[in-house]
Amino acid sequence: MHIKPIILSSIFLFTASFYANAQVEDTAEGNDDLMAMLESESAKPVREYTTATFKTTRIANGHSIENTAKGVLDFRINHRFGLLHSGVKDFFGLDGATTRIGFDYGITDWLMIGMGRSSFMKEYDGFAKVRLLRQRDGGGMPFSLSYVGAISVQTMDKPAYIPDSVEYYFSNRLAYVNQLLIARKFSNAFSLQLMPTHVHYNLVNFKNEPNDVVALGIGGRVKLSNRISLTAEWYYQIEGTKRFVEGQPNVMTKNPLTIGFDIETGGHVFQLLFSNSTAISERNLVGQTVNDWGDGDIHFGFNISRVFTVVKPKGFENSRNKIW
Amino acid sequence: MIAVLIICSTAVSGYAQKYMTRTGKVTFFSSTPVENIEAFNNEVSGVVDAKSGDVAFIVPIKSFKFEKALMQEHFNENYMESDKYPKADFKGKISNVGDINFAKDGTYNTRLQGKLTIHGVTKDVTLPGSVTVKGNSVTANSKFNVKTADYGIKIPSVAENKIAKQIEVTVNTILNQK
Repeated sequence: MHIKPIILSSIFLFTASFYANAQVEDTAEGNDDLMAMLESESAKPVREYTTATFKTTRIANGHSIENTAKGVLDFRINHRFGLLHSGVKDFFGLDGATTRIGFDYGITDWLMIGMGRSSFMKEYDGFAKVRLLRQRDGGGMPFSLSYVGAISVQTMDKPAYIPDSVEYYFSNRLAYVNQLLIARKFSNAFSLQLMPTHVHYNLVNFKNEPNDVVALGIGGRVKLSNRISLTAEWYYQIEGTKRFVEGQPNVMTKNPLTIGFDIETGGHVFQLLFSNSTAISERNLVGQTVNDWGDGDIHFGFNISRVFTVVKPKGFENSRNKIW
Repeated sequence: MIAVLIICSTAVSGYAQKYMTRTGKVTFFSSTPVENIEAFNNEVSGVVDAKSGDVAFIVPIKSFKFEKALMQEHFNENYMESDKYPKADFKGKISNVGDINFAKDGTYNTRLQGKLTIHGVTKDVTLPGSVTVKGNSVTANSKFNVKTADYGIKIPSVAENKIAKQIEVTVNTILNQK
C-alpha cells in the first residue's frame, strides 16, 4: 500500500495549484488577463480551409484549384491573338484572334460546372470541377486535390483528310479530358500546382497516331503585389503519347507553355498572357499545340472574368448591401 | 476530487463575475453613393469583468461573411491582409463601471476607453455604448466609426468610390456569466 499516499498527495498538490491559479486570476488587475483568457479559450488550433491559392479558376490557360463560389456565375471572355512576329501587316497578330466565351457556375462550394464556345475549330465544351481534398491552414491537410472532367465537340465541316466515301460521324467530333489538380499554397505569395492530364480523341489523323495523350502539367503563381501576380504553366506530354500536327505525320505537337499576369480590379480579374497555344480548351491546349516558343511562335492573349452573385448566401436577406 | 474541482470552480466564477461570449456579433457597414457593403461576423469572443470594468474583445478577420464571395476574398487578401493580421482586438475599460448594477436588470449607458487594434495598428479610442443586464447575461451594444486610413488600410483609386473612408462598426452581443 505505497500507492495511496502518492495519489492522495498528488490530488492535494493538484487542487492546491488550482487554487493558486484561481487566486491569481481573481486578484490580478488589467485586461491582459482577460485577453489571455480569451486566447486560451480559443487556443484550439484554427484549421480553416486555405483560400486564394490562385486568383481565379484558371492559372492562365488551364484550370487552377479554385472553384467558383456557391451561387456565383462567372462570365468569361478569352482572347488569343495571332503570332506576335506576324508583323505590321497583321498588326502583330491582333488581326487574327480566336475567342472563347463561356459561363461557369458554382452549384456548391465543392462542385462547379461550365460551358463555352470557342471560335477555334468551332468548338463547344463543357466541364465539371469537383473538390476532393482541401488544404487547411494551421496543419492537417497539406494540399488540395480536385478533379476536372471535360467533353468537347468540334463542329467544323468534315476534315479534308477524310475521303468523301467515309462518313464523318458525330462521335468523331468528340474528345474527353480527365485531369487531377494537386495544389499547395506554400505562402501568401507562392502557390504551386501539378496537373496529371489525360485527353482522349475519338478521331485522329493517322493510323499510328495515338488517340490518348497523357501529360503532366505544372503551374504556379508568384504574387508581385496584393493585386498583381505572375503565373506560369507548362504541360509536358509523355513521349509516345504525342499527337502529330494535322496532315504532317512526321511533325509532333509541342508542349504548351504559358506565362501570364493576373490583374485584379474589384469585380474583374484580367489575365494577360503569352503562350505558344492558339486555342483555349484543354483538348487543343494540352494535345494539339503546334507552335513553338523556340521559333518565336508566341501568341498574346487575355482572359476577362466578371462574377455575378446569382443566389444570395444565407443570412443576407435583411442586409444593407446595395448597388445603385 | 471531482467534487472538489466543481466546488472550487463555481466558487471562482461566482466571485470573479465575468461575462463571456465566443459567438459575439460584429457588423461593419460601408456606405457610398455607388455601393453599400455590409459584412457580418458571428465568431467574436469577448469578456467583461463586472468588478473592474475591464473589457476585451477579439475579432477573427476571416470570419467576416460577405454577400459576394469575391469581395470577401479581396477583403482578406488586399485590404485586411488577414494572413498577416488574423485578428482585430479591443482592450479597454468601462470608465463608468460604477454606474452599472449587474445585479439589477436594466439598460445602462457606458463609455469604453481603450486600445483598438486593426490591421496591426493600435489606436487609443473612446467608444460609446450600452449594457443591458438581464438575469445572468448582459447584452453589449456599441456603434462607432473607423477610418480606414487611420489603420493603414490602403484603398486603391479604382475602388475609392465604392469603399467609404469611414466604416461604421456595430457590436451587438450577448455575454453570459462565466
